[in-house]
Amino acid sequence: MSASATTSTGDVAAPAPHAVVPARANRSHRGPSTGRLVWRWVVRIALTLVFALPLLFMFVSSLKPDTQIFGDLTSVRAFLPVGDISLDNYTGVFGRVPFWRFLANSVVIAVATVVLGLIVNSMCAFALARLRFRGRSLALGVIIATLIVPFETLALPLLWWVNLLPYYDGSTGWLDTYEVQIIPFVANAFSIYLFYQYFASIPKELDEAATVDGAGRFTIYRKIVMPLAGPAIATVAILTFLPAWNQYLWPLMVVQSEELRPVMVGIDYFKQLNTSWGQIMSYASLITIPVLVLFVCFQRSFINSIASSGVKG
Amino acid sequence: MVSTQLKRLTAVSVATGLALSLAACGKGSSTDSGGEDASGATVLKMWTHNAGNDAELAAIQGVVDDYNASQSTYKVEVQAFPQDSYNTSVTSAASSGSLPCILDIDGPNVPNWAWAGYLAPLNGLEDRAADFLPSVQGVWNDELYSLGYYDVALAFLARTSALEAAGVRIPTADDPWTKDEFAAALEAIKASGQFDNVLDMQTGNTGEWWPYAYSPQLQSFGGDLIDRENYESADGVLNGPEAVEWATWFRSLVTDEYMPLKSGQDPAQDFFNGKTALLWTGSWSAAPAAESDIADDVTFLPPVDFGAGAKIGGGSWQWGVSATCSDMDGALDYMTFAMQDEYVASIAEATGTIPATDGAAAMVDGYGEGGKYDIFRVFSKNFAELRPVTPGYPFIATTFTKAAQDILNGADPQATLDQAVKDIDANQKSNDNFAPTS
Amino acid sequence: MTQMVEIEPPVPSAAVTRRPRSVTGSSRGQSRTAAWMILPAGVLILVFVLVPIALTFGLAFTDAKLISPTGPRFIGVENFSRLFDDPVFWKSLRNTVIFAAVIVPVQAGLALGLALLVNVKMHGVTFFRTMYFLPVVTSMVVISLLWQFMYQQDGLINAVLARIGITGPDWLGNKDTALLAIIVMSIWQAVGFHMVIWLSGLQTIPGELYEAADLDGVSNRQKFLYVTWPGLRQTATFILVTITIAAFALFTQVQVMTQGGPLDSTSTVVFQAFRAGYTQQQTGYAAAIALVFFALVLAVNLIQRYLTREKDA
Repeated sequence: MSASATTSTGDVAAPAPHAVVPARANRSHRGPSTGRLVWRWVVRIALTLVFALPLLFMFVSSLKPDTQIFGDLTSVRAFLPVGDISLDNYTGVFGRVPFWRFLANSVVIAVATVVLGLIVNSMCAFALARLRFRGRSLALGVIIATLIVPFETLALPLLWWVNLLPYYDGSTGWLDTYEVQIIPFVANAFSIYLFYQYFASIPKELDEAATVDGAGRFTIYRKIVMPLAGPAIATVAILTFLPAWNQYLWPLMVVQSEELRPVMVGIDYFKQLNTSWGQIMSYASLITIPVLVLFVCFQRSFINSIASSGVKG
Repeated sequence: MVSTQLKRLTAVSVATGLALSLAACGKGSSTDSGGEDASGATVLKMWTHNAGNDAELAAIQGVVDDYNASQSTYKVEVQAFPQDSYNTSVTSAASSGSLPCILDIDGPNVPNWAWAGYLAPLNGLEDRAADFLPSVQGVWNDELYSLGYYDVALAFLARTSALEAAGVRIPTADDPWTKDEFAAALEAIKASGQFDNVLDMQTGNTGEWWPYAYSPQLQSFGGDLIDRENYESADGVLNGPEAVEWATWFRSLVTDEYMPLKSGQDPAQDFFNGKTALLWTGSWSAAPAAESDIADDVTFLPPVDFGAGAKIGGGSWQWGVSATCSDMDGALDYMTFAMQDEYVASIAEATGTIPATDGAAAMVDGYGEGGKYDIFRVFSKNFAELRPVTPGYPFIATTFTKAAQDILNGADPQATLDQAVKDIDANQKSNDNFAPTS
Repeated sequence: MTQMVEIEPPVPSAAVTRRPRSVTGSSRGQSRTAAWMILPAGVLILVFVLVPIALTFGLAFTDAKLISPTGPRFIGVENFSRLFDDPVFWKSLRNTVIFAAVIVPVQAGLALGLALLVNVKMHGVTFFRTMYFLPVVTSMVVISLLWQFMYQQDGLINAVLARIGITGPDWLGNKDTALLAIIVMSIWQAVGFHMVIWLSGLQTIPGELYEAADLDGVSNRQKFLYVTWPGLRQTATFILVTITIAAFALFTQVQVMTQGGPLDSTSTVVFQAFRAGYTQQQTGYAAAIALVFFALVLAVNLIQRYLTREKDA
């Protein structure tokens, strides 16, 4: 894995990193037949249903009482806001969970993880991709190798370990803080890898020209390479934001105060002996909607940036 | 253009950094087990599992408020967690030494916690504990470690009309169904063809439900989870002929098409929607049943006597004091205050559960002699059996759960139970059979 | 932002021989700059990833328990011999391998199909990209909950199947269909992400190649085989590696939907490690499972690297 990353840098097909390549489609001068075009539209629309229906089910169910959610389950009514429709479940959610507090916590955690992650990982990747020093490939190899470690397998030792780390106020242990939900996830092998790929594809002549003008390496990073890295920044931001927003297991283990809990933990508030499915659906909708709105607003740059970040082998 | 974006991004980063450093100053309020508040009262932290249960949480808060108002030496502060993940949160806290002074624990886990040294004995509460139902007393190694306000009772929730139409006898607490009667009832209801599922035992549930709901049936057949003589081995009880008979019966519910292999997402809703005739549930279903559209057509039935007596699981959430509490006197003072009949009554009432003392039962509507909920108290008194009192219980519980799930799905009963016995015995042995360490 | 640098920069070593003095100086400077640029990410990865991995190594040879009055005792390789005797481990391993073996080609293939379907310059096509991407931005915990409803015996999927005369099984309750059900849902969730990665690859293929192909009058199929596919080779490697890593780490879906059942048909290695460590409190045994898992994924990655590199040669 590490070596493949190293060796492939040489032969990256150097996509123009700073230009968002426009979709170059329909190159064919002889367009496909009308029948084929219609067929493609049918497929596109059918697939839209496949991808959207489960989420539609969630939104629609959030408006129904539990008995009706289960009564409607076997028919198309499951996707239709029909029958006993109300916002009662939402009222229930706000009465049961300090929703705004959880939301604010998740925003703080996700934004801080993203921002710190962008700085830390891009610097590291810059050094790995564009500076020459002893141990470079070893460092790259170790970082990339950590990609394969799923968090669930490390959570227990990490819990024990963060509890021994000194905290800035002089006490020991990071439990029950924002930091413990942020700092362990800032440095990320995948982010470094994506930045590394992207930086490696930016022509080195730019650095050399700048060096001649007397710019230091850090200036090159800050003034030349990062301004060109918009798509990579956006991609890493997105891919860091999603898991940070969706954190679930770790907060259960390390956060004890309600005022520090993030949104995903709130799901558990509704699973009691008498589970309220309508409220679960409402709550799930409430925590999904901010991300969906963000996504739909920025979807063009969102997808284009991943698409043009030169994410490749 | 991109560089403008970057500038904006930098600005945002700085702003967030600032916001973060403001927001993130210091730890949450729950890290230490106690301390002192501004007025000089010693703060006692308290954790509970009912963040998602407004009624119970409010009742607990009521007890705490009364206690805080009753004296000025101590101040109890409540921190609530959602039940579904409470064990993960609390086990993590325990293993990292950050337990609060007072906390609630699911009954069968108490010996495990006591053995590990996380709980302190409730010295001085022994006499008061004698007034409580045996199933809510957390006793291990002859010491009292926890006390619960309430118990819950398992029962069948049944459609009265279905039983009448099928012409089966309606069982009572004094005269539960026998194994054969139960089989005949299932067959008769099935023959009516009115229900998708004759029986639903909530097999889609996870966690403690499996040992809580199904090990009493195993015991009713004459088996058990471990030999309670010395708690060293499950051999002969979990894999003996009685246990195999239980396993065969359990699987036959599926193969005879009385019960779905895996229950739907919410079996109670399926019952209220008329898909199910008999639901294996508990006293907590009484309130939803009374509010449902079919409230006039439901009744609660006692467990089946499969030969060794009708059984249900005993023991629910209980309160204890952590061994790391910095002010043991305060914690015990609170416990003594909180375990008065008045509070046992208020919490049982709020949760719709069985009050743990006779004094409290008299105060709660419906739990008096002949009251509408009295039946659950009778079930609990007549049929409740504690889950095995050994620190090995969490392992036994998960091992039994897996074995029962495999059996329900068609695994060979004898081989599966033999493997479970082997695992349980190995775990007991590797912990020196949980001999007390001090 | 329109200037393009088409030519690869000169090989750095040439520069070294040309200007030995200045480069030695700058090389030392580079090492220093590199060191402190890597430092933040390096320290964070060391503290929050490498130390827990090291702890896992240590714990794997002890009988450490999550809850116990006694500290861990060294027990040699007992955890490993117990693991290799454990039938659940072999089933989990088999399931993990099956999951990966199906997910990697199917998800990659479907994602490529989607990418081709939406890689057209046409009004409304961004709408479809957005819809196909929706599940990616939704939490896996929420998605698993939703699909549990759809997979019920009398759930939506079987209601649809009933329309066309098929009696569907209880998808998650049947040992023959549970893993398949999890595979389908996992693909549904992640395919949008890899669609976007393929799009990024498609957009780096120079349009002139297609124009040339058109002049030669080749068919669409030939265009795909001889222009598109060769241009996507590096993207394919990236997708292969990322899907493989994600597939081996399968956990959340299993934890929420099936807990490894029925009859271990959906148990995975990470799930088994989680169950041993948290539910059964056997920290040492869980660490041993995690260690075997790391070795396994590392081996698979090395094999993939070897195979993809051979094609490069």
